[in-house]
Amino acid sequence: MANPTTAPAAELTGPLAALKEKFGDAVEPADFEGVTIDPAHLVEAAKTIRDDLGYGYLSSITAVDYVKDGQMEVVYHAFSIDKGGGPLVFKARTPRDNAVLPSLTSVWPGADFQEREAWDLFGVKFEGHPNLKRILMWEGFHGHPMRKDWREAYYEQDNKPFDSRWPGGYHNRAEDRVPWADNVSYPADFDPTSFVEEADAAVYERMRQVEVVQGQPLTVPVSGANGDAAAGLKTDQLVVNLGPQHPSTHGVFRMVVRLDGETIRELEPVVGYLHRNHEQIGERNTYIQNMPYTDRLDYISSMSNNLGYALTVEKLIGVKPPERAEYLRVIMVELTRIANHNWAIGFLLNDLGAFFTPALYAIEERELILDLFEAAAGSRMMCNYMRFGGVALDVPPGWLEKCREIVFERLPRKIDHLDTFLSGNEIIRSRCMGVGYLSPEDAIAYSTAGPVLRASGVPYDVRRAEPYSIYDRFQFDVAVRYNGDVYDRYLIRIDEMRQSVRILQQALDQIPEGEIQAGKKQYSQRVPAGQAYGRVENPKGELGFYVVSDGSANPYRYHIRAPSFINLTALERMCVGYKVADTVIILGSIDIVLGETDR
Amino acid sequence: MFGTGVLRGLGVTFKHFVATYVDDIAYLFRGGRYYNEKALMQRQGPKAKGVFTVQYPEEKLPVPENFRYLPFLIYDTTANDDKCTSCGICAKVCPPQCIWIVRTNDPVTKRPVPQPAEFYIDTTICMQCGFCAEFCPFDAIKMDHDYEIATFERFQTLVFDKQKLTKPDTYHAAIHPTDWARERVELAEKAAKEAEKKRQAEEKAKAAAAAKAAAAAPQPPTQGASS
Repeated sequence: MANPTTAPAAELTGPLAALKEKFGDAVEPADFEGVTIDPAHLVEAAKTIRDDLGYGYLSSITAVDYVKDGQMEVVYHAFSIDKGGGPLVFKARTPRDNAVLPSLTSVWPGADFQEREAWDLFGVKFEGHPNLKRILMWEGFHGHPMRKDWREAYYEQDNKPFDSRWPGGYHNRAEDRVPWADNVSYPADFDPTSFVEEADAAVYERMRQVEVVQGQPLTVPVSGANGDAAAGLKTDQLVVNLGPQHPSTHGVFRMVVRLDGETIRELEPVVGYLHRNHEQIGERNTYIQNMPYTDRLDYISSMSNNLGYALTVEKLIGVKPPERAEYLRVIMVELTRIANHNWAIGFLLNDLGAFFTPALYAIEERELILDLFEAAAGSRMMCNYMRFGGVALDVPPGWLEKCREIVFERLPRKIDHLDTFLSGNEIIRSRCMGVGYLSPEDAIAYSTAGPVLRASGVPYDVRRAEPYSIYDRFQFDVAVRYNGDVYDRYLIRIDEMRQSVRILQQALDQIPEGEIQAGKKQYSQRVPAGQAYGRVENPKGELGFYVVSDGSANPYRYHIRAPSFINLTALERMCVGYKVADTVIILGSIDIVLGETDR
Repeated sequence: MFGTGVLRGLGVTFKHFVATYVDDIAYLFRGGRYYNEKALMQRQGPKAKGVFTVQYPEEKLPVPENFRYLPFLIYDTTANDDKCTSCGICAKVCPPQCIWIVRTNDPVTKRPVPQPAEFYIDTTICMQCGFCAEFCPFDAIKMDHDYEIATFERFQTLVFDKQKLTKPDTYHAAIHPTDWARERVELAEKAAKEAEKKRQAEEKAKAAAAAKAAAAAPQPPTQGASS
């Protein structure tokens, strides 16, 4: 496989030229897009990008392993909240054998989890990172699985389609082919009998270390209110696990918290229980084969995931879907948003203790929407509906009428129902108002996206900031709320559903007849060499796909900027100072899906 | 006022509860609201009030035509042959690579024959994406509607071989009427095109023969060219 690194160096324009002017030789034009910054000046340049150039929102960090060059490249995508528009792409290169780069957590705290992910999967060390350890794999895992020379257990071949399937394909199971999984490598001194999993120990150790740094011993005297009998007692701060098997965690997700009484002093999310190395699978797949896998990311909103991936690859191929397909895409994606927000609100109520009654009423609407998906795409949740340059199938006769009935008559009424019965409810108001506050500055700095960002008063919606598909044709408002608490994150979902209904009504009125696929659909899509970052406003936030193509049938690099995962970076910020019971609803208000968080 | 929100919340539940019985009574003389397909569609439709759930497995929602479950191979009952030509496109496009095909080779010439010798689908791996059916150029593989395939053994039983995968095209016509009609139209068009081609070729040959005859004989017979 050729390395996709040969491209003409483009002239730098706009903010990139300003960057070049300031840093001189430390900034070089990179292949295809953006600039490469000398690691020695990376932090300084990042500060300039954030403060002087106005690209204050660091959306995505990921690494690419250029194994032929012996280089590891870390790619950063920064966006401007005020101006909107496309990304400012900057990259940094480091030798593969000893990959070290300065951490940007001091500039953007939101870089925390993404840098940990790059360390975990690629083995890029980020100097100055406060807590650099594995995040998706477990401590003690051998190797960095996204490196090009790493091979999974039951490895068969670098790229699909596998040669063993045709023309002489007798069925065999992967487990039988490699019966003892003997292609797995272990560290040289590995002894299975004495192996102790270090993940928990590491988490606890860190919490204790913070104690020492802050100069607070774990055991502190109780400060008696009136110098009463309690004054003589001593109390402990406790380290407690919340999860991973708990209904409030929406899947297998764990939070380690340090408690002072019932107040959260420190919190660390532990993720990765559902990790399957989706990106590695994606790099084995051909381009079209990734489409059904994107369904499994955020499985509540598979249509949106499809769209994000289709748009990204379409950027590389340079194909534009026909009108009808564009409208069908928008209809499907906005229906997904309504289904997702119904789900999110219903389950937020679950977390509040209103167990399942509101949730089941809310997901009645989702049920009707899923029926529509099933009739159009063939599956309720794993839709696999979008294709490069179109959609898979046209909607069957009568579908649009049924959709109209739901969108024009039922949904507005039902959304109003949710609003009337829930928004004013005193339990919701007293539990949610003023809880889990996230300031607008923090929301941007922590790279949060979607409802979490907009509920903190930052009116940033990708559909408006960098319109994709045909969103520039519709009238809708970017929902924004200003208090930044759980209650606003709940309200903003109601607002967004209303806006989605508006978009749907316009789209259903305007949808033309015609083709649904540009050109001929191909089972092996050729994609020219290049790099593309495509993003869509998923119900949970900005879903980004970073695809690097080397011109072959398989993507060289396939990265997902998962909104659920990155929104969790701000979880500790939102939880500290609140009670244990509040963390449950704060987590519920972020609305995570573990299929996407763990990938 | 304190407590009104709770009361209103209870009111929603109560209204739902009452609506269920109102509908039950409305359907009393129309065959009942349960185990009745017509009532089921209303109960699960946009106009639904009251109870929304389906009493599976006694009641089953009809699946739409586009619904996809596991793939199956189509046996052409008119031609008495498998439609599959073992071209391997389904095996190549399959995302989890769950399709295995053995191509038939002619025993004498050793050249491939358009027919699969073996065809396996490991349904434990299949993700029901429908790519095989979508990209098959011969309409030889389609997605089934039968979703109840639970078994007591999870390895060999769930690896479907050619015999288990093959179903007659009448079954395909029954579950996918629109797709079937499209196939008929396409086949008819293709047949018409081929007939047209054949006719043109024949005419050309006849014309050539006539011209040859004309060149050979000094007095050309006229009826040969006009037929």
